[in-house]
Amino acid sequence: MTPMKTAVVVFPASNCDRDMITALEKITGQKPHIIWHQDDDIPDVDMIALPGGFSFGDYLRCGAMAARSPVVRKVIEHADRGGHVIGVCNGFQVLTETGLLPGALMRNESLKFVCRDVHLKVENNDTPFTNAYEQGEVITIPVAHHDGNYFADPDTLTELEDEGRVVFRYVDKRGQAGANPNGSRNNIAGIINRRKNILGMMPHPERLIEDAQGGTDGLGFFKSMINALN
Amino acid sequence: MKARIHVTLKNGVLDPQGKAIQHALSALGFGGVEDVRQGKYIELDLAETDPGKAQAAVEDMCKKLLSNTVIENYTIEIE
Repeated sequence: MTPMKTAVVVFPASNCDRDMITALEKITGQKPHIIWHQDDDIPDVDMIALPGGFSFGDYLRCGAMAARSPVVRKVIEHADRGGHVIGVCNGFQVLTETGLLPGALMRNESLKFVCRDVHLKVENNDTPFTNAYEQGEVITIPVAHHDGNYFADPDTLTELEDEGRVVFRYVDKRGQAGANPNGSRNNIAGIINRRKNILGMMPHPERLIEDAQGGTDGLGFFKSMINALN
Repeated sequence: MKARIHVTLKNGVLDPQGKAIQHALSALGFGGVEDVRQGKYIELDLAETDPGKAQAAVEDMCKKLLSNTVIENYTIEIE
């Protein structure tokens, strides 16, 4: 069994790259490749992570500059070949800006930066990123963002819902709607593409992988990838 | 040539910043402001001298970077 090979892309002003690197190293037993945004060569890996942060100072729009950087062209080629890609927080914003995932992340409805634990319902556990969770399980994961208000036109939302591509939804601790931290349409926290190899989510599973961090609800996210890719 | 570009949110896309501006105007006593939509203004200096070619190039820039057509519209003036 070959261990899962991973890479983490680092943009100027990424700031969750180290958490992601630590999480991937802990789970896979191997240090991920660390790729600077100007590199246009990505080693052969199973999964590429676009981490959280404020790439390029959020200039123009969150993720807009990063989405046009040389390394992201390679990420798109990797995804086109069926390679796995995750985008967390700013990484999710980058994925929507590239068009790899539909919709856009807009300013939070409250206009405030939101940094706290939220409850998520696993809406689809039949993906390479959620198979270690129970269907409908409620997990607690932190969010930390100013622009996490997911928007898509009604046709796209219907398509996402009908195809089971809303993977994580904001809920209260009992798993009910009504605890949306940012105003996102349909309480969407994370979505997947049709081919199920690209996932974007605003909450940060890499911040809850050991007890010292206050919980381990993020561990299932990484264990799922091991199940799917090893 | 100069290109002047306005990028605005599409109708139907909630503009929380516009709403906050509206509330602030109201708090300052400016009544009767029924809606506020805020956007971006971008000005480009272009080496191109042909207005048609400049227009086409800036359209391409708007589609590929300057606007996100999922949520935004753009208008271009060339002079």
